[in-house]
Amino acid sequence: MGEFEVHRVRFFGLVPAGVRCLACQPRGTRLALARTDGAVEVYSFAANYFQEKVIPGHDSRSVEALCWAAGDRLFGAGLNGEVTEYDLARLCAARSVDGCGGPIWSMAANSNGTQLAIGCEDGSVKLFQVVPGGIEFERNLDRRKGRILCLSWHPSDTHIAAGSIDILRVIDVSSGQTVQRIMVNYHVQKVKRECVVWSIAFLSSGTIVTSDSFGRVQFWDRERGTLVESHTVSTSAVLSLAVSEEEDSIIVGTSTGATYQFQLLPVKAGSLEKRWVRTKPFQYHTHDVRAVAHSSTALISGGLDAQLVIRPLMEKMQKKGYDAALRKFTFPHRRLVSCARKARLLLFQFSQHLELWRLGSTDETGKDGEVLPLCRMPEHLVQLKSKGPEHIYCSCVSPCGSWVAYSTASRFHLYRVQYEGNSVSIKKVPKMPKLLLPAYQLQFSSDSSSLFVASARGAVHVLQLLEPGGCKHQHTLRPPSGSPEAVYLLASSADGHWVAAVSGDWAIHIYNLKCFKHHCLVPTYSCAVTALAIHPVTNNLVIAYSDQQLFEFSIPEKQYTAWSRTVQSCGLHRVWLERDSPITHITFNPKNPSHILLHDIYMFCVLDKSLPLPDNSALLMNQGTLKQLPETARKRQLHAFKICKKFQPLLFADLLDENCLVMVERPIMDIKTQLPLPIQQKKFGT
Amino acid sequence: MDGIPIKTFTVGSKLLALYALASFEDSVFVVIPKSGERDTFQLVSVKLTKAAGQDLEAKELSVVLDGVDASPKCIAFGREGEYVASVKEVNLQVYFFKRKQLNRFSVSAMKTKSGKNHFMCIACHPTEDCIATGHADGKIRLWRNFHHKKEYTFSTLHWHHDTVMDLAFSLQGSSLLSGGVESVIVLWRNESERQRDFLPRLGSAIEYISVSPDGTLCCTLHTDNRITIINSNLRFSRSIQGLIKSTNVKTGLVVDPRTKALVLNGEPGHLQFYCLQSDQQLFSLDIVQRQYIHQAGLNQTDLVKVAFSAQGEWLATVEEREEVTDPELQLKLWFYDEETQSFKLNTRISMPHEDHITDMCFRDIDEVEDESLILVTTGSDCVFKVWVMVEDTDPEAQQSVSWSCDFVGSYHNYQATNCCFSEDGSLLAVSFEETVTVWDSVTWDLKCTFCYSPGKIRNICFGRLTCSKYLIGATDHGFLCCWNLLTCALEWSAYLNVVVLQPDPLSEHIAAISWLSKDSSLFVFKPNEPRPIYIQRNFCKEKIQLAVFVPREEPETIGSAKYLWLRRSQLFFLTATQELITLSTKSLEERLTPSSKQLAVEESLPVTPFSLLLGKHRRHQSQEDIDLGKLVVRNKPEQDSPAVKELLHTPAHVLPSASFLCPVFINSLLISKENPSAEEVADEVEMESEKTEADSDEERDVTEMEQEDTSPVELLGEITCKLSKSQEKELRKLRKMDYSWISAF
Repeated sequence: MGEFEVHRVRFFGLVPAGVRCLACQPRGTRLALARTDGAVEVYSFAANYFQEKVIPGHDSRSVEALCWAAGDRLFGAGLNGEVTEYDLARLCAARSVDGCGGPIWSMAANSNGTQLAIGCEDGSVKLFQVVPGGIEFERNLDRRKGRILCLSWHPSDTHIAAGSIDILRVIDVSSGQTVQRIMVNYHVQKVKRECVVWSIAFLSSGTIVTSDSFGRVQFWDRERGTLVESHTVSTSAVLSLAVSEEEDSIIVGTSTGATYQFQLLPVKAGSLEKRWVRTKPFQYHTHDVRAVAHSSTALISGGLDAQLVIRPLMEKMQKKGYDAALRKFTFPHRRLVSCARKARLLLFQFSQHLELWRLGSTDETGKDGEVLPLCRMPEHLVQLKSKGPEHIYCSCVSPCGSWVAYSTASRFHLYRVQYEGNSVSIKKVPKMPKLLLPAYQLQFSSDSSSLFVASARGAVHVLQLLEPGGCKHQHTLRPPSGSPEAVYLLASSADGHWVAAVSGDWAIHIYNLKCFKHHCLVPTYSCAVTALAIHPVTNNLVIAYSDQQLFEFSIPEKQYTAWSRTVQSCGLHRVWLERDSPITHITFNPKNPSHILLHDIYMFCVLDKSLPLPDNSALLMNQGTLKQLPETARKRQLHAFKICKKFQPLLFADLLDENCLVMVERPIMDIKTQLPLPIQQKKFGT
Repeated sequence: MDGIPIKTFTVGSKLLALYALASFEDSVFVVIPKSGERDTFQLVSVKLTKAAGQDLEAKELSVVLDGVDASPKCIAFGREGEYVASVKEVNLQVYFFKRKQLNRFSVSAMKTKSGKNHFMCIACHPTEDCIATGHADGKIRLWRNFHHKKEYTFSTLHWHHDTVMDLAFSLQGSSLLSGGVESVIVLWRNESERQRDFLPRLGSAIEYISVSPDGTLCCTLHTDNRITIINSNLRFSRSIQGLIKSTNVKTGLVVDPRTKALVLNGEPGHLQFYCLQSDQQLFSLDIVQRQYIHQAGLNQTDLVKVAFSAQGEWLATVEEREEVTDPELQLKLWFYDEETQSFKLNTRISMPHEDHITDMCFRDIDEVEDESLILVTTGSDCVFKVWVMVEDTDPEAQQSVSWSCDFVGSYHNYQATNCCFSEDGSLLAVSFEETVTVWDSVTWDLKCTFCYSPGKIRNICFGRLTCSKYLIGATDHGFLCCWNLLTCALEWSAYLNVVVLQPDPLSEHIAAISWLSKDSSLFVFKPNEPRPIYIQRNFCKEKIQLAVFVPREEPETIGSAKYLWLRRSQLFFLTATQELITLSTKSLEERLTPSSKQLAVEESLPVTPFSLLLGKHRRHQSQEDIDLGKLVVRNKPEQDSPAVKELLHTPAHVLPSASFLCPVFINSLLISKENPSAEEVADEVEMESEKTEADSDEERDVTEMEQEDTSPVELLGEITCKLSKSQEKELRKLRKMDYSWISAF
């Protein structure tokens, strides 16, 4: 594997925001997720649950409800009282319409996605028509006192069930009148506390399912307003509820972090009588499960501990594979760290600020596994706070460490950083060229002379950096056929000759920087690109896809390399393909051109192209066994994948020089300590 | 229910469990060992043919499930007999009769942290398709949708912290009962984890749960040989118990001189007083007086030694908590309070010895002199201690006397293992490993020592009455020695691996029980006679752990010279599985039908000339009983028994014609000759062998030997049989009648 001096960095204090709501695209393959900081993310089921799109948050735009309407249009509503439509091509909030009813707590789209109903603080339910280019207010439904915390349409679109505090209502859509009013606490004696109906679902059979703050999941008969079944699942609140499309399974999330599945099962074989039975309990979260979703093959839950858990339903799985394993996502599927190799600096991107750190150093050497004492401690050089309510889209530090750039939704900032002994001065570059914002990815060229800015519509702007602190727009690279999607990944070659850009439709365009011309398009592969990099020596583009495939494309020859073809014909190892998280960064070792260094959250891998590929019978993670083998036997066991799992969860890994690595870890326990205390639960035997 | 078998089917192999279902009228299901494979069992359905006759061969067997567990708890039949479910280790298999489909499910053994989520028991919902399984980690899983191999699902209920021993659904299936080591019955309502009720403090671990067919009662069977009946609203109704089975009878068998009850370990920390005559527990005395925690693997204080003074006024108990380094010991002395009719704690001595107490005895003098009462304890700390009563000087004390140590004796730093007073109380024999020492009980001088190497002394006892000059000792190298105290010399020794040595308090006889290669043998001898007066070889397959002579209230009139030694007392044995066995001198016929059953049958008879006749017999007999002052009708006139009873108990539809029966009946009423002819004896033996078989089966897992002199060994233990469903069925099946009396004519 080779020996490296490793900077094990644990001072990146990232705390991902909790999951606030989830929405599965009806009959679609995408999942929208909103976080408590207002960020909206879109995951693609087709691409191994890759986090396809991220719309960073906004301080004044909290999201309380998300829903898909009219096919693939995504709407969000929040406590600012506005319904916002998100532009998923340009990854920003497109249009907002005021709901005129105070903070919006809930929103639901009807079955064909033509109407949106919102539940407001003032107790009103309002209908909006989804029209091309936005939404239009249609009318108010019956307004009663008490905020509407949850809403659900009957699948036939004739009625809406609305949950409030202590009460739930059924509203006739055509007349706008309340046709049924159910006190959820009516039969409970002497209850002083109010009962919050946190979530509601209206089934086609006329049954209304509610989950409330008393820990109950209740099934009501709409016609008679009577309680059909009641299941107390928890001592604390049941916060969220989702029904499968076939309406035979329900998932609920509680504030203790537990989720439960309910299934509609026949009482006897062959009989028509069916009953809801609480079946599987799951305890994947430590905090409130604020959002759950039920896809056709999986139970999805998101909690305030920032985890997104995808638990496949084994009975719906045809074969073992990637989809049949439990997935937990805590960290974003993209890079939040950039590294100035020469200056040995790390730039950490937080939602609203950046931190620039200088790595520590040591002058001692030691054996494998030894911890070396530092002669200089890592140093926090600069903290850059983004002004305004907008959150940061992307950031980058130049390899020489003297330039720092970041972008928010409406602004782009470039800073010149100067180091004078121990003091650091930072200066904003004035008179920035007007660019189409936001920028989705920033990349400095390896000689720090130019900056590539990924922009909307497939465009890449090339800015020339001027000493002592200026910049000039040099050129805009566009795909020849045009593209509606924004570029989200960039890679530039070390010789400054090539730049590769990936846009949201997963097309990889390669541009020649000498003549600013489109060079070629990498053959399209039907999966999301998670990372790419250009080899400094051979100018081969190495691409990692979300289905864990690896490709090597020779830019000068405009075709896949022989090694890449071998990989495709042999196939990758099964264990490699079933890994949990996507490759988020690729780099190379200049000393050893056949090595490719790549990493995901759980492993760091040195891919040695000169060695044979492992077949499925071989052990993929064989470093531990290799160590115990004698030299001769070790030779036979060697294969191309050298995997190290020592550093977890790994947010970033890069090669500083030939034998020095930097690994940025963020231990889950450190995040847990930043979170509020979970609900105290008595555990037997403690 | 007249308790009379209608038909007997012979299956031909050992039946481990039996299930009869309403929906399968012509067949029953049994669990049998799979032929040719050890420890593999299968569930087969046995077709019950409609052929005429009493004894039939059931030949039509069809295998339903293979690889089932032998325990009857591990198979359950579903709603209306639609399916059968069986669990073994981590696998659940469900077989649907109509579709002939077998579904297998399993729980992963590796996944759980504790690593033991094996299935332990199973129950099926009576009206719905729902299977409840209990697991070793205390979880209950409710399986549904098991018609589908893939889309099955289960939910989990968890309260028990240890193995779920048994489960039972209520009649409607709305609630589920579960029980385990915690001795708590848990009622789960609506299969919900939150709605549950408990009935705690049931005494000991629950082994089986059963719900009555009308749903109003449920009963639990406990590991200590007890049945508790519980109302459906979880209120304790009553319990049925006889001899309590404790985990380990450390106290030995002791007879309470006052009540003549057998005294031994009962509930944990309690002493049970068990009445042999009525098979009832007289009372349970809490000795340890501490809360017992129902959890496996805890070291808790238990009673290890008990001794009564000759009149039963004083009771000495030793309790101990097993600790590897230093045991926690307490010696307690209890005085019998006439007013409250119970024992009252008089003195509590903590740490009477530094190490385990090995033996304890009172000086047995019949005179009512409190001053002469002496208690001797021997300990592994190489001393024996003599405890005497002293006047309590403290005026505040509520009692006038208390106990304190008077003398500490030791011998060459050997561990003291046994102690024993001579009959007149003048001598104390204490065994120290390989040596027996004899001490003067007044001056506490060492009088003499006996040593018969090799081997450590296991038991010692003095001879009685005419043999009081002898001291008997048994060593663990298999020697039985008899020393003469007058000559201080070895009188005789015999090579015999004696495990129990028990003198009869009312005669010179001493019973020695040996254990040799899986068989226990009984020897009864007088120390002064070279030949044993009674030998019973291989009379029990199990190891006899304890034995005791219980004095009879009335000396028995015993015809046979062989059993003369049983005239004044009865000998009881306790085996390793805690079955209580006794030697009976009575003839076989008398004990064929237990008296209770006999009475029940007889009372249900209609008023017929026969019953009037029988009634006369009974009146006559009960008068006799009253004269004798006896409680139980057991000693019946000889001629009364077989023929008349058989005649009356056999259902009319299977009786031969009256003309055929008449001479038999009349013959039976005639007074038979004293000495039956050889032919008759042969008949009798044949009959006996058949009946003892039935008998032994009835008394469950007791192996009774067959010998040429068919010894009348009677089993008293386990009369409160563990009547789980399957065993009830087994019983029912076994109530077969014997019609050999017909062949006699």
